[in-house]
Amino acid sequence: MTAPVTNSQSLDAAQQGESLSVARQDQEVKGMIESVASAFDGDLAPGDLKLYRELDDLARYIQTAKEEIAALCPDDISGRHIAAATDQLDAIVAHTEEATGFILDAAECIEEAAKALEPEAGQKIAEAVTRIYEACNFQDITGQRISKVVGTLKHIDEKIGVLVSAFGGVSEDAAAVGANKDSGKADDGDAPAHPTQAGKVLLEGPQLPSAATSQDEIDALFESFD
Amino acid sequence: MAVDKKMKILVVDDYKTMLRIIRNLLKQLGFNNVEEATDGSEALQKMRNTDFGLVISDWNMEPMTGLQLLREVRSDIKLKGTPFIMITAESKTDNVVAAKEAGVNNYIVKPFNAATLKDKLEGVLGAF
Repeated sequence: MTAPVTNSQSLDAAQQGESLSVARQDQEVKGMIESVASAFDGDLAPGDLKLYRELDDLARYIQTAKEEIAALCPDDISGRHIAAATDQLDAIVAHTEEATGFILDAAECIEEAAKALEPEAGQKIAEAVTRIYEACNFQDITGQRISKVVGTLKHIDEKIGVLVSAFGGVSEDAAAVGANKDSGKADDGDAPAHPTQAGKVLLEGPQLPSAATSQDEIDALFESFD
Repeated sequence: MAVDKKMKILVVDDYKTMLRIIRNLLKQLGFNNVEEATDGSEALQKMRNTDFGLVISDWNMEPMTGLQLLREVRSDIKLKGTPFIMITAESKTDNVVAAKEAGVNNYIVKPFNAATLKDKLEGVLGAF
């Protein structure tokens, strides 16, 4: 059972950054409204009554928002889905890097072996190997793009944390609401920890092809300095 | 004046794959004397111990970025004359301008091809 909370206690707790449950916060808002209502002596004037109704509507609105956030299971999004997504993206980077290494190994072997061929054939192979080297540029670009996505996911994760914190932590209630909405959901008690990928400090990283500045445009910019 | 293909070239990138690609492409162009560093501070250390005829550097590296390296090089009385090419995915105009103002000799945007690399090398070092 939830212990009664006075308004001053709640405010003190909020000022100290303590996390209150949805139920306790609901009790707190109701307490504030009652406190405001009790401040009116005698008959309520129409304006007072309107204020009271506005406060009551506000309390209901806040309560509904809390329930909706709880139903989204923010802890689940942060602790499970985002963590899993970043793990998958990290794995993509690792696997493509490994595969690119194998491709380069093979290309270097071919390039070396081509030296024993007739000049014309050797030249053709050397040109093909050059195109392989050029194509392997993709690994750096995709790695940087994926790092940007991981950075965005971490940002979303942090924002969810701020939102949950602003509403006093909905974890306990989320479990209850989530269980009602999705009774088949697995327990996330052993969900992976939040990702800690260091990530590169990118300025902008690779731009999308549609928005990227081309080498020709950069060359023209460079020439404009001369 | 002919380009000395025996010159030492320092390639700086935190992606080992990119180091390998650039090294291989330089080798195809006849430059076999290539050293590598994985960030600006390692590169600066190497530059203070060895004379390099050219630096080819990525931008986004930790702890010292390519731009920081460039500024360090340009402010060092012994190193400031070293030709410096930036190879980076940072293609925004502001970044190119920042690099130019810091004293970069040329700028290659990733992904690049062998012809672009050769063209920029010739622009900095002279035809070869």
